[in-house]
Amino acid sequence: MDWKYLPIFPQSASNFSPHVDALYAYLVTVSAFFSILVAVLIVVFAVKYRRKSESEVPVPLNEHGIGNMMLEITWSVIPLLLSLVMFGWGALIFFDESKPPADAMDVWVVGKQWMWKVQHLEGVREINELHVPVNRNIRLTLTSEDVIHDFYVPAFRTKTDVVPGRYTTEWFRPTKVGAYHLFCAEYCGTKHSGMIGTVYVMNPNDYDAWLSNGGTEASMTDEGEALFQQLGCVNCHGPQNNGRAPSLVGLYNSRVELKGGGTAYADTSYIRESIVHPLAQIVNGYEPIMPTFQGLVTEEQIQQLVEYIKSIGPKSPAATGHAPAIENGLAQNPAMSGVAGEPAPGAPKSAAPKAPQKAQQ
Amino acid sequence: MASHATALRHHFENPDQQQEASSLGMWVFLLTEIMFFGGMFMAYLAYRQAYPESFAAGSAKLNVTLGMANTLVLIGSSLTMALAVRSAAAGKSNKVIVVFLILTLFLGSVFLGIKAKEYHDKWIHHEVPGANFHPDEWPKGVDMSHASLYFGLYFGMTGLHATHMVVGVGLLLFLIIKAGRGAYSPAWHTPVEMVGLYWHFVDIVWIFLFPLLYLIDPNFGRQ
Amino acid sequence: MLTATQAPAKKESYLTDGYGLKSWLLTSDHKRIAILYLISITFFFFIGGLFAAMIRLELATPAGDLLESDTYNKMFTMHGVVMIFFFLIPSIPATLGNFLIPPMIGAKDLAFPKINLLSWYIYVVGGIFTLYVMVTGGLDTGWTFYTPFSTTYSNTKVMAAAVGIFIAGFSSILTGLNFIVTIHRMRAPGLSWFRLPLFVWANYATAMIQILGTPVVAVTIVLVAMERGLHIGIFDPALGGDPVLFQHLFWFYSHPAVYIMILPSMGVISEIISTFTRRRPFGYTFIAFSSVAIAVFGFLVWGHHLFVSSQSVYAGMVFSVLSYIVAIPSAIKVFNWTSTMYKGSVVLSTPMLYAIGFIGLFTIGGLTGLFLACLGMDVHLTDTYFVVAHFHYVMVGGAIMGYLSGLHFWWPKMTGRMYPALWSKVAAVIVFLGFNLTFFPQFILGFLGMPRRYHVYPPEFQVYNVLSSAGASILGLGYLIPFVYLMWSLKYGKPAGPNPWGATGLEWQIPSPPPTENFEVTPVVTGEAYEYHAQEVVEVG
Repeated sequence: MDWKYLPIFPQSASNFSPHVDALYAYLVTVSAFFSILVAVLIVVFAVKYRRKSESEVPVPLNEHGIGNMMLEITWSVIPLLLSLVMFGWGALIFFDESKPPADAMDVWVVGKQWMWKVQHLEGVREINELHVPVNRNIRLTLTSEDVIHDFYVPAFRTKTDVVPGRYTTEWFRPTKVGAYHLFCAEYCGTKHSGMIGTVYVMNPNDYDAWLSNGGTEASMTDEGEALFQQLGCVNCHGPQNNGRAPSLVGLYNSRVELKGGGTAYADTSYIRESIVHPLAQIVNGYEPIMPTFQGLVTEEQIQQLVEYIKSIGPKSPAATGHAPAIENGLAQNPAMSGVAGEPAPGAPKSAAPKAPQKAQQ
Repeated sequence: MASHATALRHHFENPDQQQEASSLGMWVFLLTEIMFFGGMFMAYLAYRQAYPESFAAGSAKLNVTLGMANTLVLIGSSLTMALAVRSAAAGKSNKVIVVFLILTLFLGSVFLGIKAKEYHDKWIHHEVPGANFHPDEWPKGVDMSHASLYFGLYFGMTGLHATHMVVGVGLLLFLIIKAGRGAYSPAWHTPVEMVGLYWHFVDIVWIFLFPLLYLIDPNFGRQ
Repeated sequence: MLTATQAPAKKESYLTDGYGLKSWLLTSDHKRIAILYLISITFFFFIGGLFAAMIRLELATPAGDLLESDTYNKMFTMHGVVMIFFFLIPSIPATLGNFLIPPMIGAKDLAFPKINLLSWYIYVVGGIFTLYVMVTGGLDTGWTFYTPFSTTYSNTKVMAAAVGIFIAGFSSILTGLNFIVTIHRMRAPGLSWFRLPLFVWANYATAMIQILGTPVVAVTIVLVAMERGLHIGIFDPALGGDPVLFQHLFWFYSHPAVYIMILPSMGVISEIISTFTRRRPFGYTFIAFSSVAIAVFGFLVWGHHLFVSSQSVYAGMVFSVLSYIVAIPSAIKVFNWTSTMYKGSVVLSTPMLYAIGFIGLFTIGGLTGLFLACLGMDVHLTDTYFVVAHFHYVMVGGAIMGYLSGLHFWWPKMTGRMYPALWSKVAAVIVFLGFNLTFFPQFILGFLGMPRRYHVYPPEFQVYNVLSSAGASILGLGYLIPFVYLMWSLKYGKPAGPNPWGATGLEWQIPSPPPTENFEVTPVVTGEAYEYHAQEVVEVG
């Protein structure tokens, strides 16, 4: 590891780091100013106004206990204004952190006591490590198998809690090649401080090389498709349209009408919930008959299923009923569906721009 | 026989100050009780909003008749409690005060008895969360995994309430004994008033619990 | 009234009014109850301190070479539980508040003396449960008990600890209730609200939080117990529960709880600064109202503990802006205290040293809170040592320094004895220096990215950790010294008169130590608070 940096700043390796560091500098400056001001005043007053005789009583500074109103207002308003700058600046960064760009490359993460399991779309898996290409927007979607964890990369200045039963997301754009600490930052039991790893930011060529040497796992979409068949999902949700279950073509990022009124936005959390708690939100026009798959699939498998379902567009084999071709998980454009609600405006394509592909299995 | 002089505590200046302090103290205490129950009400509201059907299904398994009976019993007991306070304030004989207190105690016990029956019914129908939890006749298509949320909150909220009732019963017993000995008079009947406030509060909590737990949709799942 | 020149002769003080254990354990005298609390919380302080010592010893090296991971996790958990629930929350209200509020308002006792004694017993029972947890294997959930770890995965004594904290909460509620009724109903004639000492205002605001917030954590603990025992699913996603709901319910109390811990100290500081500058606190009304404002706004900011928890972005924005608003009243206090010293008549007594140390350290602690209220900044800093440093600055550099300041100020009143001035000042300086060495490096560690609750850490963090551990040993020494000389003073300290500091306030009009009844005759108040009279009024500065 390369640790040529000031010992008070961690490495700066993501798009957020300079902004957070600038904000930090502002906060430190304001804090130092007021701390030093108060400290100096107190010390000066304590010395300058040292009691000189036992009987001396200082003249009261004011008459009625209200104090100098102007002074009170001034030292309330100025800190408030400085604080509002802090608020606004921090809120802008936070808002930015909450909106992964549409072209972000997806990586899936599962945290469990006490390790991080990472899945790339292409199928490559990692434990306690995350390889990403530099200067690309990366979106992590995370969940936990057990307790709450937190995926923290100090060099990127970002973290998010990783919660069982739901997906959380974290995005960043690595800006500097190197190796950076990954820490679990939510206490999770015995080996909480052992749940650490490394994020490797690589040049695009190195990343591609690493990806293709990553083993012979099938892509997530392919794995998901296989599960879709194995678990029998295709029997109701397949192209035969027997009215038992809504078609999943173009589902991802569409708006779904629910039984009993109301709508839901079919993001990855919705898809996950439909698999483990199918009776929670029933699509309008269908009966609540889907069995739950909780306990029958692992979180990684659910992530694969989600990737597969994301990929189902009108031209995919699942829609046309043709024998599934083992492709390399190319995501179709879900916004082109004509089924199940209108597509969300500006629905992001989940097609990840691909590096040149090597021959698949 | 005749009630003794007001028991003025040494740290109070006069009986009025003492009475005002007791009264404010009880109101502040009831405020803490609102926050105490409030936490569970918040959890209930959060999950009912998230899983309306599971809650309706769970609620439909409650016996509305018994719940209604309990509501009337408790309102009646508030009436008898108020009459007890009024009798003490109006200087009625010890016997009258004691009778009203005993009636309140009786009605409170009836409430607890009906509650016990309801709990017992839940137990034999496997509706108590824990090792034996598997409610039968759960409506199809409603997520049963959320059933324990409803029943857990049911037992938590009514259990908390029942605990407060038991404490109230204890307080009433104390009052009955003291009233029987002539401790209360128009000049001093603060403990009766304070227990009255407490009793009314516990009653009001039930008035909220009853519709929230019993009346979500009594016909849910029955066609 | 008695003055120092009159021989006490047969006059009893509360200390001599009845001997024997029974007269103490069945007392209804608020002053004796305050002493009972003082002994108990000191006991728990040292226990919490032992856990802290283990933590800092372990963290002097990056490897986990002193303790097993599970043991270390229990150390920081128990340190937090003991320090927060059994030391800080009761500290000033139950000792100084209990002792001083009746005399400060001209009353003979609190409104409900027996409930006061009951609150102490409840505290002791809660403490016994916690001691039981310690000796039968401990607790490893963190003092924050996050679910589902605490409800489903932890193998330690969660239930017993929950019961202990649940019980201790009622002690806090009863103390708050007593204070509110007392302050409302038992002020002496002529003692209007705006003639009250600021210490009373501070405890009043604290009491508001105690009665409104503590019941919520109590019921949250009940839900955790139900989840752990009966698996009702309330925090278990598999059954539809929401682990983050726990965080909301928990922090709804636990954030206001930090104001329970700091407001009384701020009240102490107002008294100290006033006495040792011989000046009415500048902006008295603003300081009084700021305590109430902190109590009210303190209930609106809990979500700032949940910025990265998957709470909605918009909720985060609301909580962030409110967190800045709640900081302003504290700033108002700091500026008013500083202004009080301007052209005052300053004496650097021991209480004053602690008080100005408080102002400096609380300012730093409060300002670093602004870092954490800042959304974009908090994402990086939350759950790191920055947070640990922040809350120790406000709770130790702030609340505990305030407590020590008050203890040293009112010690002569409570015991009738003075302590050695030199040793007490030396200890104050040692505490100040040791504290800063312990906790300032932790800000840097946090920004570098060292997470909290880490048993082992990457080697590059060692230098700062060693500094911190070195500071901790100095701080520990600093705390031991007062314990020694205060105990010494009980037997050998110079007897104190009613008002050794020349302070204002009704409590200084009665003997030191006071008689059981405080006042023979209820005083009538005719002047404003903080009127310093002297033979010779001199324009200072």
